[in-house]
Amino acid sequence: MRHIISVLMENESGALSRVAGLFSARGYNIESLTVAPTEDPTLSRMTLVTRGSDRIIEQITKQLNKLVDVVKLIDLAESDHIERELMMIKVRAEGDARFEAQRLCEIFRGNIIDVTPQSYVIEITGASDKLDALVNALDRDSIIEVVRSGTTGILRGLKGLHV
Amino acid sequence: MDLNGAETVIRCLKEEGVECIFGYPGGAVLHIYDALFKQQDIRHILVRHEQGATHAADGYARATGKPGVVLVTSGPGATNAVTGIATAYLDSIPMIVLSGQVPSPVIGSDAFQEVDMVGITRPCVKHNFLIKDVTKIAETMKKAFIVATTGRPGPVVVDIPKDITDPAIKVPFKYPKQIVMRSYNPAVKGHKGQIKKAVDLLLEAEKPMIYSGGGVILGNASEELTEFTRLLEYPITNTLMGLGAYPATDTQFVGMLGMHGTYEANMAMHDCDVLVAIAARFDDRVTGKLSEFCPDSKIIHIDVDPASISKNVRVDIPIVGDVKSVLQDMIEVIKTAKKKPSKKALKDWWKQIEEWRSLKCLAYDRTSKLIKPQFVIEQLYEATGGDAYVTSDVGQHQMWAAQYYHFTKPRRWINSGGLGTMGFGLPAAIGVKLGYPDADVVCVTGEASIQMCIQELSTALQYSTGIKIVNLNNRYMGMVRQWQEFSYESRYSHSYLDAIPDFVKLAESYGHVGMLVEKPEDVRPALEESLKLKDRTVFLDLITDPTENVYPMVESGKAHNQMRLPPGVIGDRELA
Repeated sequence: MRHIISVLMENESGALSRVAGLFSARGYNIESLTVAPTEDPTLSRMTLVTRGSDRIIEQITKQLNKLVDVVKLIDLAESDHIERELMMIKVRAEGDARFEAQRLCEIFRGNIIDVTPQSYVIEITGASDKLDALVNALDRDSIIEVVRSGTTGILRGLKGLHV
Repeated sequence: MDLNGAETVIRCLKEEGVECIFGYPGGAVLHIYDALFKQQDIRHILVRHEQGATHAADGYARATGKPGVVLVTSGPGATNAVTGIATAYLDSIPMIVLSGQVPSPVIGSDAFQEVDMVGITRPCVKHNFLIKDVTKIAETMKKAFIVATTGRPGPVVVDIPKDITDPAIKVPFKYPKQIVMRSYNPAVKGHKGQIKKAVDLLLEAEKPMIYSGGGVILGNASEELTEFTRLLEYPITNTLMGLGAYPATDTQFVGMLGMHGTYEANMAMHDCDVLVAIAARFDDRVTGKLSEFCPDSKIIHIDVDPASISKNVRVDIPIVGDVKSVLQDMIEVIKTAKKKPSKKALKDWWKQIEEWRSLKCLAYDRTSKLIKPQFVIEQLYEATGGDAYVTSDVGQHQMWAAQYYHFTKPRRWINSGGLGTMGFGLPAAIGVKLGYPDADVVCVTGEASIQMCIQELSTALQYSTGIKIVNLNNRYMGMVRQWQEFSYESRYSHSYLDAIPDFVKLAESYGHVGMLVEKPEDVRPALEESLKLKDRTVFLDLITDPTENVYPMVESGKAHNQMRLPPGVIGDRELA
């Protein structure tokens, strides 16, 4: 099952490599990983998407908690949450394809953020499967480049992950 | 008071009560060595190889309970220390490793003797630090000691670039008494509800079993474990790392369990209905085949590390907390409980165990004209009154020492159980002897293992650490040979040592006493003579039966009740 593990950790150099190293050393898989400082510059927030049986996920959360740099973590998939991912996709936009790209961008509520006579860059935010859907809807040959941020997420309601 | 970085490092060690450190100088740590030269509080033990420094600090830590401290230079000094760091990590030994680093401005430029020590050690330390500012030394050192010694202990590396210890840069010294780390809060008290549930289950057991590990020794909980076990009158087994936590001479002790555990311990594990695992981690050498591990048993697991719970074996009642505190709480609950263990059930269970015990699975041929390794350990046990500190290397001799030296006190049995590091025994013995100069310290080893850190014989001379080396010399990497005999139709691929040094001459050239022992009747007199030479290191080279195997054996991938027993006992067969 897919899990989104959200980690609050000390914003120290090397903290990211401790997490990445833990996953490779213990053979856990990482689907995506994002990390950035929070409003408190001493803390970083990392979001990991991983898959595994309940037993593996339990080990992953325990092993992450054991890292001295990790302050707190939650498995978002266990609670009501929102997840978002940002994608920028560069497509060929000439002739009929120009209108097709515009139409798909509107349907998916994306924005065109760069325009040249030959190309568009479409920006779209949403859950990962919505991003997948746009990629699949576009003509494969028209896609020049796809850049995705990886999933981040947050709990719904008043509850939050903080110190 | 203003101190430079190098003086600050040494001063921090003094504040932590460190008495001796193990190290080897080099370019990146020369400022620190200069600061060491100018003080008297901390004794520095100069080893002959950085691996020796880490093992010696490790042995010192295991015997004394205090953290071991190592000082090495950058690059090869640091990488040579890695095996010893990993050894300490796998056995959860508190250790601080101070490694020099190239000056900050050249980090990342492939400078002379530069290696990314923080990166290299990341998977084999509890935590590591790179100091980036001279004003951060004291705080970082305090954190390093806290992390290394609390919760589940472990090694911590502090990497110190040379410019940080520059004698010209002085800063005010203030050592923090305590530091709160918001991301590090090891558990102490066990959950009351879980403890109550665990005791209820334990008191209902008809075939109970206590399985305790190295954490009891690390957590200084031997007394509590002994009281707990005697109160319940249940059988107890210890892991290789846990030997000595409960007196091996006591009738409730059924011996070590696992791959080379006793018949009675392994059979009792397989048949028990309630298992209480105390500060043990269900290592594969202990469990055998996981799917057939304690098949009919409910399992209680006490451990300070939540990540150890249900890692290999699913447990029914986990209790996370410091083992000493949890056992104290459990003892209280048992004493006040209305329920008592069923006397009838327990009597039947003990009857069964005695039946298994009567098989005498540790019997060996006592009529042999060759020296039997088991006999040497038995003689050593008697000659030292069972009261020596025994270190070992890794292999057959390690198992025989574990089986035939009946440890009755914690911290007396010092071996690399987790990583299985050959070369550990000699430097570890030096470390133990420095911690306890008046004690008998014996290194049980083999001719293969001893050669992996043999250079430390020189260290033993320099510091007059009078240790006794009991070399069970069978000319083979014995455990490799045994596996090749059992699993590879006796194809002894590269496990025979064709050229072995004359260990007597070797010991003498290092300034020690060497003794060659070739007959069984000479074993005891030689041991006694060596023990009388209190201040001398004595190398006893005992020529043992090269065909001897370690029994019983649960081969890899087999269950506890499928043991290979010694041929002389009930025939060379497996019990289904």
